[in-house]
Amino acid sequence: MNAAVLKTEVRLFRREPGALFWILLFPTLLLVILGSIPSFRGHEADLGGLRTIDVYVPVAVLLGLIVGGLQAMPQTLTGYRERGILRRMSTTPVRPSALLSAQMLVYGGAALASALLALVVGRLAFDVRLPEQLFGYLLALVLAVLVALALGAVISALSRTTKIAGAIGSAVFFPAMFCAGLWAPVQTMPDVLARIVGYTPFGAAAEALNRAAAGDWPGWTHLGVLVAWTVLLTAAASRWFRWE
Amino acid sequence: MSFIEVSDLRKSYGGRPVVDGVSFAVEEGEIFGILGPNGAGKTTTVECVEGLRVPDAGRVRVTGLDPVADHARVARVLGAQLQESELQAKLTVREALQLYAAFHERPADWRPLAERLGLTDRLDARFGKLSGGQKQRLFIALALIGNPRIVVLDELTTGLDPRARRDTWELIEEVRAGGVTVLLVTHFMEEAQRLCDRIAVIDKGRIAALDTPAGLIQRSAGATVISFTPSAPLDEHDLNALPALASAEHKDGRLTLSGTDATVNAVITLLARRHVTAHQLRVVDATLDDAFLDLTQEATA
Repeated sequence: MNAAVLKTEVRLFRREPGALFWILLFPTLLLVILGSIPSFRGHEADLGGLRTIDVYVPVAVLLGLIVGGLQAMPQTLTGYRERGILRRMSTTPVRPSALLSAQMLVYGGAALASALLALVVGRLAFDVRLPEQLFGYLLALVLAVLVALALGAVISALSRTTKIAGAIGSAVFFPAMFCAGLWAPVQTMPDVLARIVGYTPFGAAAEALNRAAAGDWPGWTHLGVLVAWTVLLTAAASRWFRWE
Repeated sequence: MSFIEVSDLRKSYGGRPVVDGVSFAVEEGEIFGILGPNGAGKTTTVECVEGLRVPDAGRVRVTGLDPVADHARVARVLGAQLQESELQAKLTVREALQLYAAFHERPADWRPLAERLGLTDRLDARFGKLSGGQKQRLFIALALIGNPRIVVLDELTTGLDPRARRDTWELIEEVRAGGVTVLLVTHFMEEAQRLCDRIAVIDKGRIAALDTPAGLIQRSAGATVISFTPSAPLDEHDLNALPALASAEHKDGRLTLSGTDATVNAVITLLARRHVTAHQLRVVDATLDDAFLDLTQEATA
């Protein structure tokens, strides 16, 4: 880790209006749009008495970190490699890995900020209760950020060019969002499907966040699935990543 | 001990040898040039010196250190300007200089450096908006910002206009006057001739010659060139009998001969004997260009 590199990457991130919008604002904007539909604010027996807007807060929380980790970060990192930026840094006393860790901190931080914004807006605008099991919620959230960054690192490792990174990022984005519950929240999925989705990184994250939001412990199985994916994906990324 | 030592360096890509047994040593305070045609293995050679590539065989030492195993220590004494290596498009010139200065323990003050490289009025411009020449000057500044003892410059003046090129040469001479050793990769003869104390000519992964610029010119077959328009045609037979003649060329009635001083003397004698007047007589030393073509052709044959 290098402070000057981190400072520079934060500054550069602030110059990317696209990334700022899609990571920080879009998830909350989506929440506001959904919350404006009157029927989404009514209690549903299907959802165990919750309102649709209640179950979409965790989806919005996951959306920011999926966009940041799977789409934005791999494009940036692949571009840094493609354009020789990592290579130039290799000739200085600072290792190019400083750039990688700075990128992860920037996108991880942005994902957490996006999650916080979604929670606060959900609470203030739509009266969605803040997570009751706060520690469990934060733990699940941090693990979800880590798994998104690890998956993003694998995409960066496998993509030779930014175009490929963009294509793989989008291909992974939709299944990831499906598992996170964008089209149908995990609670409404048929049992078998919900069970399968629960073993995917973002399905497990969605389940863990939902439980913690309701005041239960996120469940060791879900947390374990997140940890296992993070370890596996990190190992894969460090195995395949090329500096040039 | 030499400042940079390369001995029997070898590197192949996919079974094709790119550097095939290159050896040279650079002394402290020297400007050492590596000259060669495209694809000769120049860049791969200096990348091994910079520690960016691991040699297949051979030994590389920079101030006695292994650039791969002791990468961090070598990076502190060696500044590099690379080919085809960019910066983040939205980083400004000032931010790039500050960032790279922060990588070093005792960096140079970036302001005079930027001033010297004519970047002062572009400090707030983003990298992506710079012209090719401005980018190149920024890369030179970044190579020098750590106050290195050795600076490796790969295609230093590519993309620079003649004015900026001459300014850059002056800068490199100043840098050397400050005690910095310079390793310069180029395919630009005028640059090599003007700047380098010694030059290694690399062709097809091997050293074709290693000498001072003057030495390289002297050792090439046609070190002296004599040209004139004869008042009457000269006999081919007489021409071919000239001593140490390297080449003879007729063009629009003008004759261009290359060889040595002995050739020149013999030509003058021949002209006197045949009562031929030489109009617009010119005798010039061959340039490094000629020597280079001669040396790299030899290796091809």
